[in-house]
Amino acid sequence: MTIAEPLQVIAQDGSTAGFQVDLSNDALLHCYRTMLLVRAFDDVCLKLQRSGRIGFSIPNKGVEACQVGAASALEKTDWIFPSYRDFGMALYHGVKPVEMMHNMFGNDRDSARGRQMPVHFSFVQPIHFVSISSPIGTHIPQAVGAAYAMKLRGEKQVCLASFGDGGTSSLGFHSGLNFAAVWKAPVVFLCQNNGYAISCPSEEQTASESYAVKAKAYGMPGVIVDGNDLLAMRKVVKEACDRARAGGGPTLVEAKTFRMGGHSTSDDPTRYVPKELVESWAKKDPVARFERFLASRKLWTPEKGALLAEDCTREITAAVGEAEATPAPVLESIFSDVYATLPPHLRRQGQAAFDLAARVGDAAAGGGKFPL
Amino acid sequence: MPTLTLVQAVNDALKTAMRRDPTVIHFGEDVGPKGGVFLASDGLTKEFGKARNFDTPLSEDGIIGTAIGMAMNGLKPVAEIQFQDFIFPAFDQIVSEAAKLRYRSGGQYTAPMVIRTPYGGGIRGGLYHSQSGEAYFCHTPGLKVVVPSTPEDAKGLLLASIEDPDPVLFLEPKALYRQVKGEVPEGFYTTPLSTLRTVRTGKDVTVFCYGAMVPVCSKAAEQAAEKGIDCLIVDLRTLLPLDEEGVLEAARQTGRVVIVHEAPRFCGFGAEISAMIAENIIEYMEAPVARVTGFDTPFPNTLEHHYMPDARRVLDAIEHVAKF
Repeated sequence: MTIAEPLQVIAQDGSTAGFQVDLSNDALLHCYRTMLLVRAFDDVCLKLQRSGRIGFSIPNKGVEACQVGAASALEKTDWIFPSYRDFGMALYHGVKPVEMMHNMFGNDRDSARGRQMPVHFSFVQPIHFVSISSPIGTHIPQAVGAAYAMKLRGEKQVCLASFGDGGTSSLGFHSGLNFAAVWKAPVVFLCQNNGYAISCPSEEQTASESYAVKAKAYGMPGVIVDGNDLLAMRKVVKEACDRARAGGGPTLVEAKTFRMGGHSTSDDPTRYVPKELVESWAKKDPVARFERFLASRKLWTPEKGALLAEDCTREITAAVGEAEATPAPVLESIFSDVYATLPPHLRRQGQAAFDLAARVGDAAAGGGKFPL
Repeated sequence: MPTLTLVQAVNDALKTAMRRDPTVIHFGEDVGPKGGVFLASDGLTKEFGKARNFDTPLSEDGIIGTAIGMAMNGLKPVAEIQFQDFIFPAFDQIVSEAAKLRYRSGGQYTAPMVIRTPYGGGIRGGLYHSQSGEAYFCHTPGLKVVVPSTPEDAKGLLLASIEDPDPVLFLEPKALYRQVKGEVPEGFYTTPLSTLRTVRTGKDVTVFCYGAMVPVCSKAAEQAAEKGIDCLIVDLRTLLPLDEEGVLEAARQTGRVVIVHEAPRFCGFGAEISAMIAENIIEYMEAPVARVTGFDTPFPNTLEHHYMPDARRVLDAIEHVAKF
């Protein structure tokens, strides 16, 4: 195993130096449109949050190629165990923005029926994009367990577990990578090293020379890739998937990228990210680089790009209209889905809440904002 | 009907489940060829192979985390945590993940799985091989918590837990593993969860207990009978979701209640029973509720027989509420 310079396919000028691109023009444009859709989703959600219409969102600017390149290497039958900054993967595979927007508004058509904070998506179609939880790293061993089931049944599927640089310090990272390597489970571990875990920089997160080098101790390959290079991401993740499907076990991929915005809408990155660092990464913007690549293949002009971006914004805006007009979940939804069947004590507690509401009126919605 | 010890009944349940359902798999630390430190999985690797009964790396977080993923994706994992005292690295996986998965995905993802683990004192295990942590888990919506006290129930409740669509924490009273024997039906049967078992009928005092405290309470009831006090003993069997109506009915029958558990008293399971009685049927009560529990201290080694409720302490409480 060697850990070299991050693998790169698309140079900053958009050239690919004879690289055999294994995607059709339509597929390349789908990748591009998905990145624009993520950007539009981010922009619209930031405005919604700032105007108080939703409580929270997670910006993705800078990491779009990482998400979309990795997603493009997966089949629809594969499972994604995402972090909260991964929804480009869901969009790539055909989840509709409106389904996501239902979650952002926590309405009754949200798959979680408003029980979770925004950006905690869950989808089973058209790909398994597993329900997101806020604790960091807990999904990593879960991906290994789901992969074990695939292996036991002899299926040629893989699980992709995605997490950030901070996630590598979690209990689940250690147990997950260890179990996966021992079991030769078909898992791809994707560490999106975006430089900061909320505000904690990498040099305070680990003393290892890289995140990928940690793979060596677990007995699996570790690869570093340019996370702002969509085709490099696709190549590396696809190779890891192929190996996993062939019974070769897991791989740890470290994608070097940068989060151009805050951790969330509640975060002010200017408090901890040096301005020069942001400026240097701005020059490596993954969407602009992919545009230069598309232009080199006569698939992109500034006008085409602007039209497509407008189209994406329209789609997201329409999703907002539909989601905002959808009613909030009914009171019963607090008590359902705790268990497969409603146990008597929850029936009683629910009934007491309905009776009180009928007698003295509904509880007033609080003015709570996240975080205080 | 064969006569089995409680741990043999657990073994029988695992074999029965694995024979009838190929998606059932069992794993944990040292459960493979060794058969587990208490031999609960004796013979499973031989019969079902290494893919369905196997040793894992020494990581409770990994055991439960992977079990959740398996359960999401079509398997029926039964994961052993070697001693309940060692479950805490997996607390996040159990409390934040398994218990909440159905709720947070609107039922798109679920974790039908069983965590088997020996709990409780009586084997000179000291602080870290003796604890009764049920209260931590009974405070977690989405989990089920089951505690058998007889071989027949151990098999029937474990099979019901494996059949259950929700995550179940199955606490096995290790003190009873080889101490109790009983007839156990052959083949597949289930004992429904969230049902009580009347161990002994009586009209004077109701004693609520579970797990290893059931034989202790039975002994105390025999001694009470010699003194003219007739005890109703109820084995709770499933702590969450609890058959609350059944508990209140049993408490109403005598109006005098003793609750017994090994776990520390403060915020222990007995507090919930006591509160339920106070909130719902105080007018039926002839005496204050009495609790006989472990002390609010860590679990001691040499003096564990003083820490654990014994028939002497239970009888004292029975007499206290009877005479009140």
